[in-house]
Amino acid sequence: MALVTADWSPMGDAFYRKTELYAMSWSSKFDISNHLVAAAPYGGPLALMQDISRHEKVSASVRPKVSIFTASGNEICSFLWKSGRVIHLAWSLAEDLLFVQDDGQVLTYDIFGSYKGTCTLGNEVKTTKAAEARTFSCLSHTGLAVMTSALRFMVTTNLSKHRAMNYPEPPALCAPPSCWAACYQDRRAILIVASAHDLFLLEPGNVTLVTPPGLSVPVNCYLDASVSFNGKLLALYTDSGHIWMGHTTLKEKIGEFETRNPMRPVQLEWCDNVDGSVPAVVAMWDEMLLVAGPKRDLQIQYPLDSPSYLVPEMDGVRVLNITAHDFLHRVPDSCVEVFRIGSMAPGALLLEASKEYEAGSQKADEYLREIREKSGLEHAVEQCITTAAYEYEPTTQKALLRAASFGKCFLQAYRPENFVEMCRTLRLLNALRDYTVGLPLSYTQLQQLTVTVLVDRLVQRRMFPLAIRVCELLHLPERQGRSRVLEHWACYKVMTMKAEDEERLPKLIHERLGDTTGISYEEVAARATDMGRTELAVRLLDYEARAEKQVPLLMRLKRWELALLKAIESGDTDLVYMVIVDLKGVLNQTDFYFTLRKYPVARNLQLKDLESQISALNDAATEFSKAKNDFAAKATEEQFRLLRQQKQHSQKLGLDLLHLSLHATILKLLRSGHVAIAERFVRDHRLPDRRWWWLKVEALAYLGDWQELEKFSKSKKSPIGYQPFVDACLKHGNRFEARKYIHKLPPEQKVKGCLATGELEMAIDTASERKSEDDLALILSRLPSSIEPRVNDKLEALRNQLGRR
Amino acid sequence: MARPCPAASLPDFSILNHNHRDQLIHLLELLPGRKDLFIDPALMPLLDRITGSSVLKKHEVDKFFKLDGKHIPGGCEQRFFLIRPEESMVKIVADSLNADKACSFRRKCKIIFTPRKLFCCDTILELEGVYGDVSCEEWECDLVPVYDDVLSMEIPAFFRDFFLEGNQCWLYTVAKSLCKLQSIYGTFGKVYGIGRSAKMVNELMEAFSGDFEDGTNGKGNNWSLFLIDRDVDFVTPLCSQVTFQGLLDDVFTIKCGSVEFGSEVTGSEKNVKINLGSGDKVFAEICDQHFSNVFGFLSSKAKTLQASYDKRHGMDIRNMKDFVANELRMLKQQHRFLSLYIGACEVIMKKKMKGDLKEQLKVEHALFEGTDTKRCISYIEECINRQCPLPEVLRLLCLLSVTEGGLLPNDLRNLKNHLLQSYGTEQLLTLANLRRAGLLADQQPLETMGKLVADKTVGKAVGKLTDAFTALQRKSHFRALSKKINLVPVNDEEFDLKSPSDMAYVFGGAYSPLSCRMIEQVLEKNGWTGLEDVARLLNGSEFSHSKCDVSNVTSSHLVLVFFLGGCSFSEIAALRFLGRSKGYRFVVGTTALTNSPRLLEALMDA
Repeated sequence: MALVTADWSPMGDAFYRKTELYAMSWSSKFDISNHLVAAAPYGGPLALMQDISRHEKVSASVRPKVSIFTASGNEICSFLWKSGRVIHLAWSLAEDLLFVQDDGQVLTYDIFGSYKGTCTLGNEVKTTKAAEARTFSCLSHTGLAVMTSALRFMVTTNLSKHRAMNYPEPPALCAPPSCWAACYQDRRAILIVASAHDLFLLEPGNVTLVTPPGLSVPVNCYLDASVSFNGKLLALYTDSGHIWMGHTTLKEKIGEFETRNPMRPVQLEWCDNVDGSVPAVVAMWDEMLLVAGPKRDLQIQYPLDSPSYLVPEMDGVRVLNITAHDFLHRVPDSCVEVFRIGSMAPGALLLEASKEYEAGSQKADEYLREIREKSGLEHAVEQCITTAAYEYEPTTQKALLRAASFGKCFLQAYRPENFVEMCRTLRLLNALRDYTVGLPLSYTQLQQLTVTVLVDRLVQRRMFPLAIRVCELLHLPERQGRSRVLEHWACYKVMTMKAEDEERLPKLIHERLGDTTGISYEEVAARATDMGRTELAVRLLDYEARAEKQVPLLMRLKRWELALLKAIESGDTDLVYMVIVDLKGVLNQTDFYFTLRKYPVARNLQLKDLESQISALNDAATEFSKAKNDFAAKATEEQFRLLRQQKQHSQKLGLDLLHLSLHATILKLLRSGHVAIAERFVRDHRLPDRRWWWLKVEALAYLGDWQELEKFSKSKKSPIGYQPFVDACLKHGNRFEARKYIHKLPPEQKVKGCLATGELEMAIDTASERKSEDDLALILSRLPSSIEPRVNDKLEALRNQLGRR
Repeated sequence: MARPCPAASLPDFSILNHNHRDQLIHLLELLPGRKDLFIDPALMPLLDRITGSSVLKKHEVDKFFKLDGKHIPGGCEQRFFLIRPEESMVKIVADSLNADKACSFRRKCKIIFTPRKLFCCDTILELEGVYGDVSCEEWECDLVPVYDDVLSMEIPAFFRDFFLEGNQCWLYTVAKSLCKLQSIYGTFGKVYGIGRSAKMVNELMEAFSGDFEDGTNGKGNNWSLFLIDRDVDFVTPLCSQVTFQGLLDDVFTIKCGSVEFGSEVTGSEKNVKINLGSGDKVFAEICDQHFSNVFGFLSSKAKTLQASYDKRHGMDIRNMKDFVANELRMLKQQHRFLSLYIGACEVIMKKKMKGDLKEQLKVEHALFEGTDTKRCISYIEECINRQCPLPEVLRLLCLLSVTEGGLLPNDLRNLKNHLLQSYGTEQLLTLANLRRAGLLADQQPLETMGKLVADKTVGKAVGKLTDAFTALQRKSHFRALSKKINLVPVNDEEFDLKSPSDMAYVFGGAYSPLSCRMIEQVLEKNGWTGLEDVARLLNGSEFSHSKCDVSNVTSSHLVLVFFLGGCSFSEIAALRFLGRSKGYRFVVGTTALTNSPRLLEALMDA
């Protein structure tokens, strides 16, 4: 282990270091400065494109070469650019390469240089030509801002979905702005545009003129502007050589640095710090790299021997040139504590102790004692583990982990999860940093990126075995890990398949994939469909367990019957509906019903679909029912007759009888005194006698025609008894009339009737006649609060009479 | 292994509520900024149960509207529609969108379907020409804890859709929700079931089992599931309910565990809405009681309450302070509830006892025992002649049919004629529906029956015919069942309603709910062995299987009984009683809480 602090440079209290990630293995020598360069963050791939616009003399017919490399400089692919003039090259968050052309077209290519799609920024850009473009990240999408040659700004926050929005023009902008930048805040994109000494903040529908607070010298021109990786900080380079650092809202200043260099830097980037301590800005000129802090004397200079390119990362800046790929970042606090010369931090002591122990020296014990005196052993172990995370040299990592493992032997009840986790993570990081893979992720970046996304990126690079190994190493759940990788592998296989493999492939895929949970054969089959391999897709779909995925694709493949069968098997009627509706449009009617007949479930659903029509065509339905259902047929016939009669009499009598039931019709007739007509209805419809009595009693009581009611009661013996008479009288409030019918009631109902009409005495008499205890109970329960003494006596007598027995 | 204590504790179902709420809020956040929320009127109680309006207001919901077909112009630029996936509702939404379009007003709209979006909804949106103007989301609000031990899906449409129209789309939802339940509270150690839909749900659950991860780390397996189809037992929901809660439901309609009392109960202008599942002790004690006990209980409660109030006399200052700070509020609260319950009791008495509930009960009891069918028929006829409410008449008619195993053709024709004359010919459709659902049947003359049996053995007669036949066969066996598993208690002495010894108390001691009795028997025998003939009488398709070793199963005392097609409060009361007396703990799951009017109205078609 060499001296770790050798490459550290102090800046105030902090240290910065430039760690070499790779010695670049570019296949050919070239000059970065006359290329358009794009490098994806999180150790992503690099793209270079010859910049023809800089060589005026080259004719327009020359096709520039585009090359894509891994971060270690291995060429992934290269091709000749055949489309229009490219003004900007960038990687999207999903690691797709975006070519922004001056006609407003944005072409998307994947990492292997194959074309994925085009989207356009609209007609205005097309006619006026785009001059400059900036990409920025907004949540999980990539946003694009374009300045046209007419100095208008167009912004979209999600390239693939949203249309480009016209931003207002800053006033008095006649020459191209000296610099501008884009960032995303509070759900909208903001542009910062500098026109000489004015600075404008552009929002949708709003322009504000702003002055950065706290600038010490007046500004004639802003030369460069740069937004930090997280979009929260802004750096401005002025013509006086000052770098102003502050928030993108331009309301707060963090600091200012004086470079005394009025030259515009080639590139200006933030060297962000994740933990939010003092930030720094990196400015690059042709032969010098300057790290500037927010105060005057905080600076580090690095000489540059060849043209370079800066790639901002969340925790530092990658410096890329023809020979090397370095990572410039602030040394994390825990590293400083452990490795700083003369450090007495527990971690540093533990590392020392472990070294001595390995050397077989008793000094190890002394160091250990010292740590334990400060009772900082647990802290020391933690410190060694965290520090290991930030070191790039495996030997250093090992030394630190060994120290941690040594220290934890002396701890009781120490939970080893952190240690184990770190060992795994470092193993992963080291594997990724290997130059064949070329993913120089830092620990912080990995935490931010998450392992699932990492697996996706590996899959995207077609490193399937490595991806699976990663999943296994980190014990990812099947669904997130292994099966997802396998699925992509299968898709890839399908896409690159040769014709003769068609027989073999489904089997091969199934062998490899098996019934692992969470495998989606549908995805694979969809890929096969896109490739036009129907047969293969159907076969693959057979392995798919989830019907809701299987069925739509089968329909796309025009395998209707199979789709219907699978839909029915799934038990999800919604799917069945879907197939039926589609099927109806495709097949002619006979075939359609013929197919349906084979599947009763489907037929049931189809019937339901028709139901609404059936009820509407009531008449047709009755014809249908006539065939097998006499009762219904007769009923409908009668209904027709009833309707006709109702209509006839409605007009004649001026009564609205339509759509009433027979019962209601007759009742209405009786109530309005049309007895004769009512009787005709009764005859015509052969109304049962009992119903007629019910109706008449109700109607007469309603009319208050008590005489007629009495006459009616005497016309013959009532088929419905006399209780209804009592009830009807009471309902219409004539207690007196009700009494007339009580004596006609059968004895068991008499008491109740008496009580209802208020004939307490009669009730008691009846009860005593009947000698019924139930009746007595009934009387007692309905006893009014005050009763005459005579009645009371009678009641007593009844009680005695019944009690005696 | 250690046996769990006899009364296994209930799982905490409020987690479900939290999940539903979080999901809804997530959906609402999809459109940031202020928005209006339009709600399917049928979903109002459900939403109330899951989250209060204040929570939604916090998530920038500006106003709430009932979605009733009236177009409301203006309002926020963003609208949410929360609806069931029903044709009529989607049409209303589409109309509203079109109205906006007509006055060329652009706004962002989202439709939230609960519990899932159906394909037909898309089709309707397409037909109405608004498919592109709106985006759809699904809110998987399936099982909602209505009480501590009752989970309901609140989909009353299930009954009609499945049992009448043979539409199986809800089965999918039921199976999904049960699987979700398993992933939260542990796998069912044992699954019993009876009925066609029960069987299908079980099959679907097995098919889904791979899709759900077990979130309980295998500590599950300590509860069982009992799936039961509503058409296995039509008798119970058709009976007049006489428990307090059953009557509350019949008279005031309990919606998603809360009930609204009008001025007749509260004695003031304002309507009062109370949540019955909120854990009020008094309600917990009376809800399952026979109605005749409730008054006595409430008055004694009132007395103790008075006594607690009176305690404050003769208190010194410090105690008084204590009293006011702690007890008084609680007493006030109790007082409020108590007066509401008493008010409700009065209204129930007025409405139910005024008529001839006694007569009605007598008729029903006669039906259970199978004595004096003639009188029942003439009673029904009288009801029809008196123009009693149609559901009431249909209820008695259906009850007669299911207990008797169909009516004699002549009787049936007469009653039908009466019915049509009284309530209009359009009820013909209703009658046909009842027949299709198996609630109303002809008594088949013997020889045709024999022929059908012959057909069946040949195995050619498929579809509706056998269905109707087997349905009939089952129904005609109510009497036999009643003897076999003792549904009608022997009536030699007065049934003690105060401290009942049998679950028949929920129907005044005249009848033990068939469904609950069957569950009791199956759990006792740990499966259907020994009950084959009972199952045969119930139309078969019974099943039971366990997912873990048997010793584990016998100790599972927590049972989820899931009614497909709805269950009544009487059944819940009976199951609670059964749990107390046999040492089980029942959780009732259902597609909706139902009673006889709702059950029959679902089948009415006019």
